[in-house]
Amino acid sequence: MSVTVSESRNVVQRPTKSTPARLKILLKKVFNFRSLRGVVSILVFAALWQLVVYYKVPYLKNLPYPRDVAYDAGTAAITSDYWIHWGKSLMRIFIGFIAAQLIGIPIGLAMGISKTFKQFTFPLFEILRPIPPIAWIPLAILFWPTRELSIYFLVFIGAFYIQVINVIQGVSNISVNLKWAALSLGAKPRDIFWRILLPGSLPSIITGMTVGMGVAWNVLIAAEMIAAKGGLGRTTWEAYTNHNIPFIVVGMVSIGLAGSFCSVLVRWVGKKAMPWTKKF
Amino acid sequence: MADGQQTPGAISIRHVSKIYDPEGVHVEAMRDCTFDIAAGEFAVIVGPSGCGKTTLLNAIAGFDNITAGEIYLDGELISSTRHQIKPNVDRMVVFQNGALFPWKTVLQNITYGPIVQGRMSKKEAVARAREMLDMVCLTGLEDKYPEELSSGVQRRVEILGALINEPRVVMLDEPFRGLDAVAKTVMHEFLMQLFCASPRTMFFITHDLDEAIFLGNKVVIMTTRPAQIKKIVTVDLPWPREHSIMNSKRYIDLKREVLDAVHEEAKKAFEAGEREMA
Repeated sequence: MSVTVSESRNVVQRPTKSTPARLKILLKKVFNFRSLRGVVSILVFAALWQLVVYYKVPYLKNLPYPRDVAYDAGTAAITSDYWIHWGKSLMRIFIGFIAAQLIGIPIGLAMGISKTFKQFTFPLFEILRPIPPIAWIPLAILFWPTRELSIYFLVFIGAFYIQVINVIQGVSNISVNLKWAALSLGAKPRDIFWRILLPGSLPSIITGMTVGMGVAWNVLIAAEMIAAKGGLGRTTWEAYTNHNIPFIVVGMVSIGLAGSFCSVLVRWVGKKAMPWTKKF
Repeated sequence: MADGQQTPGAISIRHVSKIYDPEGVHVEAMRDCTFDIAAGEFAVIVGPSGCGKTTLLNAIAGFDNITAGEIYLDGELISSTRHQIKPNVDRMVVFQNGALFPWKTVLQNITYGPIVQGRMSKKEAVARAREMLDMVCLTGLEDKYPEELSSGVQRRVEILGALINEPRVVMLDEPFRGLDAVAKTVMHEFLMQLFCASPRTMFFITHDLDEAIFLGNKVVIMTTRPAQIKKIVTVDLPWPREHSIMNSKRYIDLKREVLDAVHEEAKKAFEAGEREMA
């Protein structure tokens, strides 16, 4: 007892925590009621799935048992090939997505701030925007020198328009009072940009990232199935052409996991970038 | 209180008119308004909703232009038809719906002005802000974000953020609107404390007549749109005031005087189809 007390006192005193204490905190973060509830829903889903296959529900009779899928997933997970597919997909997502942010955010800000710029660019933008990213696949394949580049481009398209629209919205949502208040307080136009417009539109930018990430995955998987060498979408498609049904499901679950990993990442960025927003 | 020959901040409003969209819809917001606010005076502007009070504030603050007349601050022309200067630190505004930066903490919000102007170093500004928070018993909130505070506290922080710049004029646009009666009395005492500690010209817009008389040296009553000066009532109650003053005979007489004038305008506004009344 006395040992734990002195230990905890150490933890309080030292800003850098010892490894066991850190591990304790990490375990607490992972194994709590909140995550337990998530696990429960996943288990219930698996049980329902088992029942559906067991009772041969019409139209779903080809569905493999969860245990077959788990077995295939287990065998796949110890091969490096499987993880290379993960790496390829994630790489494509990140390159396309980050390019969309780097180009989309400044364009959106410019459109939000300058009426003239918006008048020049917005009509063209609004004509291009409704074209689904997947409709760009043929042109992308034709014009980019490599398949990888065309896939980066498609992912970029998927995340780009959404971000631009969100940034424009974000800028217009900033209360004019804040601008006036800043001017009264002695802010210069440059300060208005960095201190008001940018933080003011950040919530919308993060929303744009969250939605854009979802669309980016949609586009990526479609593009991989049609045109790529490797990647999670491609392996899922190849499992289909080989009639390896359990592995189709493994591919789908992998895509789901990879996608939620990216969502968590975006949410983390949002939290770090906006410490002022309330956590619900 | 209004003696301060040395304290700057005298506002002179000369024949000011304002028409929105003169070529199109043509909304006349103000017509030939003329009055003076002496340096260090607490002027309260009352009038029916939508009559043009905020229009006048925007013109003085430099957010919007006027279509006739001139506005002077300490004898210097700050707004006319040919001349509109920009918002300036000598005229601070506390907005109707609040304008704290949600992404800045209380301390960052208060210190933003002096730092961005380069008038104080960050250290000086923080020290001054802490001192002010101390004075009004808001210590401990330095690192909170505005959203974490009640609207009453947000308003107080905003007022401190205006005062730290030591402006010549502080303009408040219905700052306590939406606060309950109890919170309001606290806010009034808070504002009174700050005003008495360092008197400076106040330009205070409100709908609340008690608030107007309790706080003001001078109550300027405006007519329905287009806003003209209906009446100016000088409030000769002694400073500093306590809430018990509301029971004094003088207070009640003053309130009746203001109420009569306002009521007349409210009735006109009502008849003109304006649903909202003062």
